[in-house]
Amino acid sequence: MSCDCCGKKEKALEKLMKLEPKKTTELVAFIDSLPLGNDIDANRGCLIETLHRAQTIFGYLPAEVQQLVSERLKITRSEIYGVISFYSYFTDKPIGRHKINVCCGTACFVKGATRIVDEFKSKLGIKEGETTPDKKFFLGVLRCVGACSLAPVVMVDDHVYGKVTPEMVSTILADYQD
Amino acid sequence: MTITSLSDLKALKARLDQSASDKVKILMSLGTCGLAAGGSKVVDAIEETMASQNLGDKYEAVPVGCMGLCYCEPTIELRDNSGKSIIYGDVTAEQIPAILKAGMSGAPAGTTVVERTWYYPEDEANTHKALQARIALRNTGCINPELIEDYIRQDGYQALGKVLSGMKPAEVSQLVLEANLRGRGGAGFPTGKKWQFAAAQPKGKKYMICNADEGDPGAFMDRAVLEGDPHSVLEAMTIGGYAIGSDIGIIYIRAEYPLAITRLRIAIDQAHEMGFLGKNILNSGFDFDIELKYGAGAFVCGEETALIHSVEGRRGEPTFKPPFPAVQGLWKHPTVVNNVETYANVAAIIRKGAAWFRTVGTAGSPGTKVFALAGKVNHVGLVEVPMGTTLRDIIFSLGGGISKGRAFKAVQTGGPSGGCITTKNLDTPIDYETLKAIGSMMGSGGMIVMDEDDCMVNIARFFLEFTCDESCGKCTPCRIGNRRLYEMLTDICHGKGTPQTLVELRNLALVIKDTALCGLGQTSPNPVLSTLTNFADEYEAHVNEKRCPAGVCERLVRFTINEKCVGCGVCARNCPVTAITGATKKRHVINQDKCIKCGICFEKCMFKAIDKQ
Ligand SMILES: Cc1cc2nc3c(=O)[nH]c(=O)nc-3n(C[C@H](O)[C@H](O)[C@H](O)COP(=O)(O)O)c2cc1C
Ligand code: SF4
Ligand code: SF4
Ligand code: FES
Repeated sequence: MSCDCCGKKEKALEKLMKLEPKKTTELVAFIDSLPLGNDIDANRGCLIETLHRAQTIFGYLPAEVQQLVSERLKITRSEIYGVISFYSYFTDKPIGRHKINVCCGTACFVKGATRIVDEFKSKLGIKEGETTPDKKFFLGVLRCVGACSLAPVVMVDDHVYGKVTPEMVSTILADYQD
Repeated sequence: MTITSLSDLKALKARLDQSASDKVKILMSLGTCGLAAGGSKVVDAIEETMASQNLGDKYEAVPVGCMGLCYCEPTIELRDNSGKSIIYGDVTAEQIPAILKAGMSGAPAGTTVVERTWYYPEDEANTHKALQARIALRNTGCINPELIEDYIRQDGYQALGKVLSGMKPAEVSQLVLEANLRGRGGAGFPTGKKWQFAAAQPKGKKYMICNADEGDPGAFMDRAVLEGDPHSVLEAMTIGGYAIGSDIGIIYIRAEYPLAITRLRIAIDQAHEMGFLGKNILNSGFDFDIELKYGAGAFVCGEETALIHSVEGRRGEPTFKPPFPAVQGLWKHPTVVNNVETYANVAAIIRKGAAWFRTVGTAGSPGTKVFALAGKVNHVGLVEVPMGTTLRDIIFSLGGGISKGRAFKAVQTGGPSGGCITTKNLDTPIDYETLKAIGSMMGSGGMIVMDEDDCMVNIARFFLEFTCDESCGKCTPCRIGNRRLYEMLTDICHGKGTPQTLVELRNLALVIKDTALCGLGQTSPNPVLSTLTNFADEYEAHVNEKRCPAGVCERLVRFTINEKCVGCGVCARNCPVTAITGATKKRHVINQDKCIKCGICFEKCMFKAIDKQ
C-alpha cells in the first residue's frame, strides 16, 4: 500500500465532499474563517481549535479529515496524528451513537465507580474505549466532570446521572431506545 | 454603553444601586452540580408559582453559580435588601409554593434550612464566628454570572479603574507582592514576584495566561469561579496585563467545562461592550484583549510549560525550567501563567489593600484557600477557609463528618501529586508549608476524604494508574518508572507482593521523585510514599498475610458467614454461582473455591451475618 500523505492533494476534499457534503462544507467554512497564512507556527496555534470543531462536526477524526486539515493548515499529517493521539479528547475511530462516560475521578472512585464500569462492561459486552457492534453505545471513562457531590457519576451524551448504583445501569441503558 | 473613567463606573454603580428593586431575591444555584441534581425543575416551579400567584413585585428570581452546598442541591437562597437570608437545601418543586408564601417570615415545615457557614471579609467582620471566609468566592452564588451589571454592583471593575487611573505598573506588582498572594494552582509561588519578573523583561509582546485546566480529578473550585463569577477573572487578568506590559490574555480551559466556556464568552463580550476590554480601556491608553483556548483532555497540560505548548498547537509535553515562562513562554515571549483562583483574589486585594489581605490567613500564607471537599464526607461541596484552618474544622465542622457514621481514615490533598493525611494531623493548621511538612501538599485544592472501608494500597494504585495514563512519555523515570510502581502495587493488591516488593517500591518512588523532568513525574510517587509511611500496617497485611484489612482488594477478600446467620437463605438465592449452601433456619456456608467474590451476599444479608475480610 502506498502512503496516504503525498500525491493526494485536494483529493481529500473531493472524497470528503462525496461522502459527507454538508459536514465537509461546514468544516471548510470554519477553516476559511481562521486567520491562516504561510506562517506555520501561527497556523499551528489554530490546530487544536480546528480539530475540536472537526470532531464536533464529524463525531471523530477520520483520515480524510486529518488530510484536509493538514492541507489547509500546512501542517504534516504525522504531526497532526501526533497531536490527535496525545490528547484523550480526540479519537480517530468512529464511536457509538450514545457516548457513555463513567467518571473515574477520585471522588467517584472512592464511591465505587469501578463497580459501575464493570456492570456496564458486562451488560454491553465491551471494554472501555470500545463501541458495541450495533454502534449504539460507546463506553468510556473520564476523570471528574465536576459533579463530585453526586458521585459516582455517569454521563450519557450530555446527561449526567448521579449516585449511580450497579442496579441502575440497566435502567440507564433503557433510557436510550432508538 | 462604554465606560470611560473610574468616576463613570462609580456613577453607574450608584445608578444601579438606586434603581435596584426592594424585591426579595431568590438566588437559584445553577452550576453544573445544581443542574445535574435537577435544579431546572425548581426553576420552572419558581417561575410558575410567581406567574400564577402574581408574586412578580415581591420576588426577583436570579440564577447564580455554585453556592458550595453541592451535597444539598438543588439549593435556593432568599435574600432581602437588609441582607437577611434563608438558605434552603434539597429543594423540590413541590416545596416552592409554601416557601414563597412564607417569604422572609420563616421556613415552612418540611423544608431543609441550611446554615450559612461563611462570612465576607471584604464587607463584614466575622461576628458569627463563621469558619469560612469568602474572598475568591465572594460573588459566586450571589450574582447572575451572565449580567455584567450584577458584577458592577459588587464593586466590579473598580480595581481595574483604580489601577488605570492612578497606579504605575510597578506599583501594581508591588501591591500584590506585599499582600503576599501565593499561587493557588499548587506551588504557592508569590504572584507579585512572578509579575515583576515578566515586567522586568524587555518591552515587546508579552502574554497573560489563565490556567483553567483544573486537571486534578475530584477538584472543581476553578469551575465554580468561572461559572459563577467570570468577570472577576477577566478583571484580574487585565490588571495583570497592565502590570507586566501585556496586551493579550489567554484562558486555557478544559473542554469538559462547557458551561464555564459559555459564561466566559458572554462575559468577554459584555466587557468589550462596556469598554473594560479592547482598545484604550477607561481612556487610559491601555489595550487588552482576552482569548479562549481549549484543552483536549491531558492532565499534564496543567503544567505551565506543557500548557504553553498546547496553546501553540503542539503535543502538551513539558520542557525543562529554566527558562521560566516569565522569561520565555508562549511563542518565546515573556508569559505569566496564573491559576483561576489566584486571579479571583486580585481585584479584592487591589481595592482593599495588602494589609487588609494579610489580616486573613497565616503570616506565611495570607488569604484563603478554596477546597473541593468530596469522598466519604457528609457535606460534599466547596469551602473557602482562611489559611491556617485545621483539617478537623474542614472535615468535621464544615464537612459534617464522615458519611454513614463510618470512621475517618485519611484525607488526600493535592490530588495525584499529594499525599494522605491521617488522624494524627487533623489538628495541624494548614497552609503551604505545614502541608508539605506532613508529607502532602496544597495542590489545587482537591480534598478527598476516605473512611475505614477504603484500602490505602488500592488508593495509591488508583493514583498511579492515573499517572500512568497521563504521563506524557517524554522522560523515562515517569513513563517507565510509574508503570513499574503501578505493577508492583497491582501485585500487592493481588496477593503477589513480598516484603522485597515493599523495599523496591520505596526505592523506585524516591528515584522517580528525584529524576523526572516535570512536576507530574516529580510528585507522582507522593501517594505511594505517604501511604507507605502512614499505613505501613496495611501494606504488610497485604504482603505478609495476603489480607486486605479494609476488604477492598477483591482477590484477597474472603466472605464467610458468622454465627449471626439465621438461615434465611437470601444469600444463597442471590449468589450468582451458587456458592452458598445450607438448610433453612440453619447457618449457611460459603464454598470458597466457587465464590467469585462479587459481594452480593454481603449486601443482601439483613442480619450482618456475612463477614468480609
Ligand atoms: C502535572 C501538573 C499539573 C498541573 N495542573 C494544574 C492545573 O490544573 N491548574 C493550575 O492552575 N495549575 C496546575 N499546575 C501548576 C502550574 O504548572 C502552575 O504552577 C500554575 O498554573 C501557576 O499558577 P499560580 O502561581 O497562580 O498557582 C500543574 C502542575 C503540574 C506539574
Ligand atoms: S515527568 Fe512525566 S509528564 Fe513530566 S515530562 Fe516526564 S514523562 Fe512527561
Ligand atoms: S461473594 Fe458472591 S459468589 Fe461469593 S458467596 Fe457471596 S454471593 Fe456468592
Ligand atoms: S470525581 Fe467524578 S465527578 Fe468528580
